[in-house]
Amino acid sequence: MTALADTFARAGAEGRAALIGYLPAGFPNRDDSVRLMRAMVAAGVDIVEVGLPYSDPLMDGPVIQAAADQALRGGTTPADVVAVAGEVAQSGAATVVMSYWNPVERFGVEAFARDLAAAGGCGVITPDLTPEESADWAEATAAYDIDRIYLVAPSSTDQRLRTVSDACTGFVYAASTMGVTGARSSVSGAAESLVARVRAVTDLPVAVGLGVSTGEQAAEIAAYADGVIVGSAFIRLVLDAPGIDEAEAAVTGLARELAAGVRRRRIDGGPVT
Amino acid sequence: MASEVVAEGQPDRVGLADPPGHFGPYGGRFVPEALTAALDGLDAAFAQAMADPAFHAELERLQRTYTGRPSPLTEAVRFGQEHCGGARIFLKREDLNHTGSHKINNVLGQALLTVRMGKKRVIAETGAGQHGVATATAAALLGLDCVVYMGEEDTRRQALNVTRMRLLGATVVPVTAGSRTLKDAINEAMRDWVTTVDETHYILGTVTGPSPFPTMVRTFQSVIGQEAREQLLEETGRLPDAVAACVGGGSNAMGIFAAFLEDPTVALWGFEAGGEGVETGRHAARFAGGAPGVLHGARTYVMQDKWGQTVPSHSISAGLDYPGVGPEHAWLHDTGRAHYAPVTDVEAMDAFERLCRTEGIIPAIETAHALAGVMRLGRDLGPDGVILVNLSGRGDKDVATAARWFGLPAVDEAAEGR
Repeated sequence: MTALADTFARAGAEGRAALIGYLPAGFPNRDDSVRLMRAMVAAGVDIVEVGLPYSDPLMDGPVIQAAADQALRGGTTPADVVAVAGEVAQSGAATVVMSYWNPVERFGVEAFARDLAAAGGCGVITPDLTPEESADWAEATAAYDIDRIYLVAPSSTDQRLRTVSDACTGFVYAASTMGVTGARSSVSGAAESLVARVRAVTDLPVAVGLGVSTGEQAAEIAAYADGVIVGSAFIRLVLDAPGIDEAEAAVTGLARELAAGVRRRRIDGGPVT
Repeated sequence: MASEVVAEGQPDRVGLADPPGHFGPYGGRFVPEALTAALDGLDAAFAQAMADPAFHAELERLQRTYTGRPSPLTEAVRFGQEHCGGARIFLKREDLNHTGSHKINNVLGQALLTVRMGKKRVIAETGAGQHGVATATAAALLGLDCVVYMGEEDTRRQALNVTRMRLLGATVVPVTAGSRTLKDAINEAMRDWVTTVDETHYILGTVTGPSPFPTMVRTFQSVIGQEAREQLLEETGRLPDAVAACVGGGSNAMGIFAAFLEDPTVALWGFEAGGEGVETGRHAARFAGGAPGVLHGARTYVMQDKWGQTVPSHSISAGLDYPGVGPEHAWLHDTGRAHYAPVTDVEAMDAFERLCRTEGIIPAIETAHALAGVMRLGRDLGPDGVILVNLSGRGDKDVATAARWFGLPAVDEAAEGR
């Protein structure tokens, strides 16, 4: 069983959704990014998504763009990202990398899977890679037991949901809304029906991301999804904090609130499915 | 399809078996899944339109009565004799189209598709502003809302076109991210599109981006080469030795190349922006200074560092200032069917001045890169040579940049009598 499957199974057994937290490697700098991601894990994040900063993040809103810019200005490379993922994985949490495709291809498709596996990472989320362009990637990830996570969207047809889910291992990333990353005051109603449509075509866990920032929203999503993904809200706190100690305290506080949120579904959301 | 012409005996396509929208290993679709449905819908709408005589009739009517097609073919006699080794140079006059460049050809096609798809809003990216102006124009003509994304740096150097777009009723959004040029404008347009795709069509301005854009834009621009081929045969009774065009994304080049891909005696030459010189790193020469990678939805040649981060491009011309290039050009490059060479800012501005002084035509600075290339080709071919060049746009938008370059009084200074 891979680390992701194991994590979702444990969360399911506890009658809750898994909490997935995102931060870019190298933000606000290399060592502090490790510190912040470990703080997330200590406060209840089950799976860490380590962002690979890229020059042209066309699926990201202004908050993640700003963090990626800062990480790139600090000289963060894909090799650093793999190393950071390894250090975060030592905390015991399942650790995946989220990367746009060109840096992976440039690094070497097989080399990326190999190095990430050697470092202790267990999966990669690829927001701009489709199954149709993935022949080499499928082979490399299979060879090194790295889970392959693709995104589905509210606009995906049922046929498309099947194609993408069949290409996924670990879990399916359901984008809650049509748009880019960033906190929203309410999570779109499209997410619940999307999750139901994905469940009709796969047994893999389904996690919902895009726009989630509060414990309340996490609880709402945990009522129907297997995982809740939060990114921009963590970054916002780090950007606004005067120093790393304050940033760590704020990240810890939000992670606790979200961890409580994903555990509320049994009380608020009725029986676990 | 051009790719079929050159695909024989070439390396197999990558990915799943024979995926559509590929040119050898290039092209494809590297986009957020949220856009897949829209791209599939666009693919279907484009195929339906291509099979519908009514669509062709309406596009042809607009080209004739609104754009002013066919555009003339002008022999540049003095330019050829004095600067191109005596070769006969023929200019395909896309600068005489309504809005001043070839961009309108593609925009009218996609704007009619937008109406067919029942969408009410169009967005566009623009570098030099010519595509933005063409999109704003078509939006006004067809009653569509229009938002144009333009790098802040480009809004400054192409200020005339910003005002034109606003006069036409478009909203111009200056993009302050990244290098503040065309690359960043495309990122921002993609972010808009992924959010508004139900009611919005993204009129991409060149032969880049995810499938079906490269093929669709090439198709709408191929009228350039079809007309030019006929006109040149009528004028000279023969095919040209070379066809030349500047290459940013590469739509004017694909438009004129398309009609000659199956003529093995016709050399195809694309001239990309060498900026301050490829060796300085300040250029936009993707073939001379880039490597295969993925940018803006397609696999193609990309200016990138060893880690796959896009490297900012540089060119005196905003329209060529782009770190990627159309995937079909990447394939034509690798197969050797077309040749690509860089032209520096200095060489382009030299050719710009020569065309002004010998032919009474002020070209766009983008186009001047092709003219500089033609000067080289002409000197190689000599007096027996015949070269067809796409005069892709006029230079009105560039007068401020050119005045600075040549040390002439600025426009507002001239207005004050200096």
